[in-house]
Amino acid sequence: MSKLKLATVWLDGCSGCHMSFLDMDERLIQLAELVDVVYSPIVDAKEFPDQVDIALVEGAVASVDDEKKIKKIRAHSKLLVAMGDCAVAGNVPSMRNPIGPEAILDRAYIENASAQQQIPCVVVPKLLRVVRPIHEFVKVDVFLPGCPPSADTFHTALTALVTGEPLDIPALTRFGA
Amino acid sequence: MSQTITIDPVTRLEGHGKITIQLNGQGEVEDAHFHVTQVRGFEKFSEGRPFYEMPSLMARICGICPVSHLIASAKACEAIMSVRIPHTAAQLRRMMNLAQMVQSHALSLFYLSAPDLLLGMESDPKMRNVFGVVAAKPELGLAGVGLRRFGQHIIELLGNKRIHPGWVVPGGVTEPLAAAKRDEILGMLPEAYANIALALKWYKQVAASFKPEIEVFANFPSLYMGLVNEDESIEFTDAALRLIDAKGAIVEDGITASRFTEVIGEAVENYSYTKFAYYKPLGYPEGSYRVGPLARLNIVKSMGTPRANQELAEFKQLANGPVESAFYYHHARLIEVLYGIEKIEEILTDPLILDKQVRATAGVNRLEGAGQAEAPRGTLNHHYKVDEDGKITWANLVIATGQNNNAMNKGVLQAAKHYVKDGKFTEGILNRVEAVVRAFDPCLSCSTHAFGQMPLALTLLSADGEVVDQVIR
Repeated sequence: MSKLKLATVWLDGCSGCHMSFLDMDERLIQLAELVDVVYSPIVDAKEFPDQVDIALVEGAVASVDDEKKIKKIRAHSKLLVAMGDCAVAGNVPSMRNPIGPEAILDRAYIENASAQQQIPCVVVPKLLRVVRPIHEFVKVDVFLPGCPPSADTFHTALTALVTGEPLDIPALTRFGA
Repeated sequence: MSQTITIDPVTRLEGHGKITIQLNGQGEVEDAHFHVTQVRGFEKFSEGRPFYEMPSLMARICGICPVSHLIASAKACEAIMSVRIPHTAAQLRRMMNLAQMVQSHALSLFYLSAPDLLLGMESDPKMRNVFGVVAAKPELGLAGVGLRRFGQHIIELLGNKRIHPGWVVPGGVTEPLAAAKRDEILGMLPEAYANIALALKWYKQVAASFKPEIEVFANFPSLYMGLVNEDESIEFTDAALRLIDAKGAIVEDGITASRFTEVIGEAVENYSYTKFAYYKPLGYPEGSYRVGPLARLNIVKSMGTPRANQELAEFKQLANGPVESAFYYHHARLIEVLYGIEKIEEILTDPLILDKQVRATAGVNRLEGAGQAEAPRGTLNHHYKVDEDGKITWANLVIATGQNNNAMNKGVLQAAKHYVKDGKFTEGILNRVEAVVRAFDPCLSCSTHAFGQMPLALTLLSADGEVVDQVIR
């Protein structure tokens, strides 16, 4: 049997979910005997592959780039997992929603700068007016909450997804865990 | 016809970034930029939150170095409360910060950069990752996994959670250290010492084969800044900052958290969501400086622990004055890991380490406060203002990646100029350009507090924007 293809993606989040994924430590190395990590911040693929079996997505959708990415990921993934509270519910990145992007950018690049005050606009992606969780853009197959979900949660959940065994998420983790 | 090469995303990097390289009509590199593409707005959306919530909120800036944010934020809050935290709380926090230093440095070196160093800059991109490292040299790969686990497990033992522990609070920590946990950490030390010894030995062998890279990886004079104790030994958690010049002479000393904004300014470039910090008296960009392991080792005279001191003496032999090539960030990182393990052992022998007095309490006694600490990748400063009810009215954060931003951009340009000739490049060449950025271990999460995402792809565009060539891994 050929190995399953696993992708991990980081949208608007803090990378804590990816760090917790790495916190599987030696168990991650063992897991790599069952799955190929084909796309991830920790491997050198630049382009999302044609077809992956499981995509773990951290972070909310906050910029025009994030929106393009999540649609592409959905189109090329059999199973899409919303990994962590930002992907599941918006969480901390969505705290800017009542304020709006202009005030955020003004504070960072005009008020809190002492030289060349300006709003970056070259190459960097435009911010969406409202930060939203990924299920508001695409269908999500599995919601894995937590800030971040623990390494044990990742190990149990991924093992179940790879082997096709039943997965009881509320027994593993919760929002804010 | 001018052209632009784009690396999007930069991979094996802690965040979202792109590199663009501009070529002139002769195919020579004219300019190059490193773009951070995410911004989240912590400085604004924290307004109105109670100040005592700030450490937990600010930890969410970064899942890689949340402990540094917890500590800098708690210190800013303690300045507002005007309290001094109990000795034991200070020691426990110091230990957690050291544990984070070990785990984050292990991530940077073994998970992100070792694939280049062990397998080669030109090796198969499909194998160029931590799994490839473990397959090619299991004892080395597993030493790296073990060192990262060592740091993360200490954080978990102290704070009950590996990432975003709620244990660091304004006034100290929520819970003292139990004897059983102390003993467990002591039991973990021999394995950690064995792993770092193996890593240092391997690094020194392999560095000899990267002489060409060492020459062009952000290898230029600059200013350096970092925390230093009064006895000129290294410090990550307390004390004040020192800024030195390219020859190693002190430019500014005793920069406390509250003096930081007098001395350091931030400039904006239109191509990056991460700002560019500079030393105000010299202006921007002349006042640009570097932070992080290389800067810290260039500044200090001693590590303050025996084994790391020996390593520092050897490191200082690399140059007559400050060590300049960013490639040596890797070396400095390993020395700091060794120091971290030794210092954790030393702290555990403090007779007061199990003391139950670990938290001071107070309300708002000042309407403004700042706190600073060394994150693994460099200096971090949090600065808040509150109203009389303790609600945040303003916040500013200066993170390490912003302070290395100018040097990373110059370093990318230096490497691109050296390697891209006649408009020609290979995947391996572009990987070297990315490896310059990796050496700095920038944290793009952090830089996107106001910053963003940083993947790398390379596209060659003609002057009218047409795609001429593209390299995708």
